[in-house]
Amino acid sequence: MVGLEGYLILAAALFCIGLFGAFAKKNVISVLMSVELMLNAAIINLVAFNRFLAPAKVTGHIFAIFIFVVAAAGIAVGLAIVINIYRSRATTNVEDFNILKW
Amino acid sequence: MTFINLAWLIPIFPVVSFVLISFITKRFKGISAMIAIAGMSVSLLFSLGVFYDVITSGVSMEHPVEYAVSWLTAPVHIDAGVLVDPLTAVMLLIVTFVGLMVEIYSWGYMHNDAGFSRFFAYLSLFSSSMLGLVIANNYFQMFFFWELVGLCSYLLIGFYFHKPSAVEANKKAFVTNRVGDFGFLIGILCLFIAFGTFNFRELAAGIPAYANIAFLTITAILIFTGPVAKSAQFPLHVWLPDAMEGPTPVSALIHAATMVAAGVYLLARGYILFFSIQEVSLIIAYIGGITAFIAGTVALVQRDLKRILAFSTMSQLGYMVMAMGVGGMTAGMFHLTSHAFFKALLFLGAGSIIHAIHTQDIFEMGGVIKKMKVTSVTFIIGSLALAGIPPFAGFFSKDEILTVTYENGYKFLYFLGLTTAFLTAFYMARLVFTVFFGEDRQKHSGHESPWVMTLPLVILSVFAVFYGFLSKSFGSFIYFEAEGHAGPNYMIMGASVAVALGGIILGWLIYGRKAVSAQALQERFKPVYKLLFNQYYLNEAYQWLYDNIVLRIAKAFYWVDRNIVDGFLNGFTALIAKIGTKLRFVQTGSLQNYAFLFFMAIALLILWLAVPI
Amino acid sequence: MISPYVFWPIAVLIVVFAIGVVHFKNIVHSALMLILTFVGVAVVFILLEAEFLAFVQILVYAGAISILIVFAVMLTRRIDMNESNPFNKLRWISLIFCLGFFGLIVRIVLTSRISYEKLAVQDTMGAIADGLFGNYMIPFEVAAILLLIAIAGAIILTKGVKD
Repeated sequence: MVGLEGYLILAAALFCIGLFGAFAKKNVISVLMSVELMLNAAIINLVAFNRFLAPAKVTGHIFAIFIFVVAAAGIAVGLAIVINIYRSRATTNVEDFNILKW
Repeated sequence: MTFINLAWLIPIFPVVSFVLISFITKRFKGISAMIAIAGMSVSLLFSLGVFYDVITSGVSMEHPVEYAVSWLTAPVHIDAGVLVDPLTAVMLLIVTFVGLMVEIYSWGYMHNDAGFSRFFAYLSLFSSSMLGLVIANNYFQMFFFWELVGLCSYLLIGFYFHKPSAVEANKKAFVTNRVGDFGFLIGILCLFIAFGTFNFRELAAGIPAYANIAFLTITAILIFTGPVAKSAQFPLHVWLPDAMEGPTPVSALIHAATMVAAGVYLLARGYILFFSIQEVSLIIAYIGGITAFIAGTVALVQRDLKRILAFSTMSQLGYMVMAMGVGGMTAGMFHLTSHAFFKALLFLGAGSIIHAIHTQDIFEMGGVIKKMKVTSVTFIIGSLALAGIPPFAGFFSKDEILTVTYENGYKFLYFLGLTTAFLTAFYMARLVFTVFFGEDRQKHSGHESPWVMTLPLVILSVFAVFYGFLSKSFGSFIYFEAEGHAGPNYMIMGASVAVALGGIILGWLIYGRKAVSAQALQERFKPVYKLLFNQYYLNEAYQWLYDNIVLRIAKAFYWVDRNIVDGFLNGFTALIAKIGTKLRFVQTGSLQNYAFLFFMAIALLILWLAVPI
Repeated sequence: MISPYVFWPIAVLIVVFAIGVVHFKNIVHSALMLILTFVGVAVVFILLEAEFLAFVQILVYAGAISILIVFAVMLTRRIDMNESNPFNKLRWISLIFCLGFFGLIVRIVLTSRISYEKLAVQDTMGAIADGLFGNYMIPFEVAAILLLIAIAGAIILTKGVKD
């Protein structure tokens, strides 16, 4: 029998891998992919909590759908920005996006 | 009572002319002058109305009419109000009347000047400020207009702003007045601290009970520094002779009606404060007496026509202040009003002469009476009034001051005053005999001035002749506590007339008949002559004081400011900048560093929240 | 309930795929691994009896988002694909940090002892429909507007605005 804990640990693992990828990769597209991993981990958490604590209501599912929407919007705009930056600076390396610095 | 209730409009009319001239009719000379004169005429009419109301409706010094609107309520209550009593009524009349005469005269005097409209705008503003000062019902409002008067004098003295000397003069006037204004302001604030009000009548009710407190004495002296500067009393008189740099009508206005009268008027308005404290009265009296004497002596040797008149103004102001100090408020105010007439007359006459002859040195003039009949006759009338020859106005007012001084027991001041009367007669005789009689010395052939200039002279000379006879009614009209018209003291009267005649005869002997050579006298008393000609070296003393003490103190402060205050601040900013340059490297601009730190913080937060496990 | 012998292999597989996403040096390989991870997560949804979400996961993530990412890789292509996805200098420190973070969460999860009963699941699809068109009507509409804005924004960003 696998309880809630198993799903939560899976989600935590997925989240931490995504976090590591977001910190440690140079390519900005890779960073975006890692962010997607983290979002998926969050969705697993929502669905698992919904399944085990209140299966009668589907609040967790609906939240998951909203996260899909937001993630899709985020990735679309994010990639658009990446392409735009690539056009102007010819790089996808996050370390070259240091224009936030004074 | 209609006009009393409309008295607040009196200062408004000239200020309206000022605004109209400044913003609309600046290019049209004639219209500007007409607007200014119209505004002043309406003010004069209203002042006459106020005067009539005061006479007919039983308003007296004890029962003035006062009304006000709240201007500020918190944190201090300040009114903008009107206080009408006989003193106000008379001052309104004098200011508007002399102002109107000066404006009419200026139409002729200034007609070729490029700044014609500007001149009339300033004149209007100047008169308006003075009128506002006169009707004020509290010290704060008075101070407000007091400063405005100072500003206008600055503008008018520096009217020919392309002349360096004029610029110097207006700076000098302004700075010197600031010294007094500063004391005045502190004094007002002290009064407010002590009594919680600026209102004259509320203060008058409160002051006598506390007259023997040292704080009030200091307050009174501080307030007195205002008139000392404004009314050109020793030792802050140095600006007045230099104020000659302005156009001559301005001098007439400053010396007769507006600027210098403000100080004496303040003394009269706040008389209870000065009169209640013995020491302050004494200080005021002696400063007035010393000023009268010093200015009289300096006037003996000056060569510049306007300068002589300026020193005579100072001397007469000394008389007025002295009268205030010895307890003769009525006498002081009476002298202020009569002096306003004949001094305005003298200055306007001087302007007329200068306008025709283009020089100000009296030894380059001579025989003017042959060419400028009206100017000369009116000028001589003014001179006789100033010298104190009966029955001219100056005789009555000056005599009243001397009587009050003598009868209140100030013997030394009485003799000082009498000496000054002699000096006055002498230097006026010197002036008159040199300028109007004798041979023709001037380079320009003079001609009589146009009627716009001579008409005010004639009108003013009528007042200079007959005003003195109002002495008795004036005394029952403006007084402090009791109707204070001193009865005629024939001994004093005789003495004054004798001295005045003596001065004139001496002047005639030296400068008219040339029985004694002025040149020889000058050589004989060379040190005295130089001392007097250089005005007791007071300007030089101030310069020395400034160079050696003020500048050094200022340098010390400069040093402290530069090195300690700024040093602290600069050090502080340098420290911040240093920390900033070090901390700057934390801001790598790398997204991932930021995100990493961000998550570290979140991890810490989780740790902190989950600490029991 | 699902047997651990079914769940844990799937879980391990998902984690391995996810590690593949961050580990590969070639970004195309990473993208492939990402698709596999998404599919794995869809399987997890089925295990959780959330079939609708599993479909959506496949459609949106494994389908649309993966294709978007591959397109982005193509549009920002470098000459040498093999070195297209390197690590930066934070590699080791963030590895340690992430492991620590994982340990922290696992410890919290294992010690928190959430109590729950075995509950049966009803028809989720109908319930989601009821929710989206009932209680969550307005957020749903807002989400639609958000998507619209995102589309417009993405187009403007990539195409640029003509002056």
